[in-house]
Amino acid sequence: MWRFLKPGRRTLRLWQLVVLVILFVAWHVLTAPGLLPNFLFSDDHQAAFFFGEPLKIFDRIDHWFFIDGDIYRHLGVTLLETVLAFGIGTALGLGTGLWLALSPFAAALLDPYIKAMNAMPRVILAPIFAVWFGLGVASKVALGVTLVFFVVFFNVYQGVKEVSPVILANARMLGASPRQLLRHVYLPSATSWVFSSLHTSVGLAFVGAVVGEYLGSSQGVGYLILQAEGSFDIDTVMAGILVLTVCALALDALVGRVESSLMKWQPQSGESERL
Amino acid sequence: MSVPALALDGVSARFGAFTAVRDVSLTVAAAEFVSVVGPTGCGKSTLLNMAAGLLAPGAGGVRVFGEPLAGLNRRAGYLFQAESLMPWRTALGNVMAGLSFRGASDAEARALATDWLRRVGLAAFGDRYPHQLSGGMRKRVSLAQVLVLDPDIILMDEPFSALDVQTRQLMENEVLQLWGAKKKAVLFITHDLDEAIALSDRVVILSAGPGSRVVGEFRIDLERPRDVAEVRTDPRFVELHKAIWDVLRDQVLAGYQQQLARAS
Repeated sequence: MWRFLKPGRRTLRLWQLVVLVILFVAWHVLTAPGLLPNFLFSDDHQAAFFFGEPLKIFDRIDHWFFIDGDIYRHLGVTLLETVLAFGIGTALGLGTGLWLALSPFAAALLDPYIKAMNAMPRVILAPIFAVWFGLGVASKVALGVTLVFFVVFFNVYQGVKEVSPVILANARMLGASPRQLLRHVYLPSATSWVFSSLHTSVGLAFVGAVVGEYLGSSQGVGYLILQAEGSFDIDTVMAGILVLTVCALALDALVGRVESSLMKWQPQSGESERL
Repeated sequence: MSVPALALDGVSARFGAFTAVRDVSLTVAAAEFVSVVGPTGCGKSTLLNMAAGLLAPGAGGVRVFGEPLAGLNRRAGYLFQAESLMPWRTALGNVMAGLSFRGASDAEARALATDWLRRVGLAAFGDRYPHQLSGGMRKRVSLAQVLVLDPDIILMDEPFSALDVQTRQLMENEVLQLWGAKKKAVLFITHDLDEAIALSDRVVILSAGPGSRVVGEFRIDLERPRDVAEVRTDPRFVELHKAIWDVLRDQVLAGYQQQLARAS
């Protein structure tokens, strides 16, 4: 039996699952009223009040997804905001990055402003976006876009600047026109940099959506969390956080999939040259 | 003699205060294989970049089949020293690139590129990406990428310097064979005298930089076709090697002295 469970590469997932179970069991034991003698709080129920109880949290999630089925609308809104923010932010970042990298004067002209906008804590723009775009989806997308844009922009800018001069000269000698250079050299080179920033930017799009909802909205998972927090319903807050975490992990895995299928020309680390 | 395929007329190149080459004149006839040898840092690559039109000479001019060159040299193919394949294209895609850039249809480009991959011995590797190929294979893809366009002038910048000796001899023989089948004007840059003599019709020696100039020129009257490994034992090869080395050695020593002086 132990032979099959021995920690190793093959059973890594299993052991990761064990860690998860241990975490939840510890959480349960430490918070369930009456299970352990009080050592930190004076009242049995205070631990549960501050940290929530895993069983109640799972019950909440169960209600959301299977019994009442009322989370789908909120989750759908949050994911829509995330995808829109990610798509628009990436497209804008890619376009601007290519443009500025290829026209040095514009880059020099705008350099201090881009630095300033990047240095600004952009989450603070959320209230302004709420005024401009209302409390619906648009204001959250706008916030997400400001977060995603800079990550993609800086990566593309760097990527175009660092295109190998030899590859560039070679493409020119092979007869590539400026447009073909853009399409066949700059863009693929920049794309590889975009993908290296994709994991970060998907996460930021998600952050933009949830923070936007949290600061003012009528739907979305962030809104659910805000509502629960208003009534000190820690279990629901924790349930919302769990759902968001799982969604973020799923998005990240999806990006990983897309990346490995689109970037198959890049050597994987550790992969030897297959001849 | 008819109009040379490539002529550099007293070209000079400066980078800031540094003069790389000064007043160099050089011609390559159609179907002639000319090598340029010289100590490291003597501006050989600069010379080639000017011939390719990637770098405008500070003085003097370049003529291609009698026409003054302005902008890129459209009749030349350039085999670079460093890795020049597009890593996001397969071997076949890389060979097709030049054809598609010049407006060939996809089917046409594919057919020609497949044929050239076969000629450089990589028929089975068309779907590999550059990182999946060995250094020698990548160089062969580069060679096919240049030759598929059928350029009238081929410029090569130490193309095999990064390869091991065996692969290098294979590649040199391959180049000779391909060149023998379809004679083009070749300007070949190298720091390896053996390679220069084995391949060329003519060897031009450049002085140590800065301000390199032509200090010698030797006609290589070895019989063709040649095998680069066998020709090295030919008495005439040894003779030529000695004669050229006598000129080159001073330049190599001078170049070395300058590097030492700059370091101290």
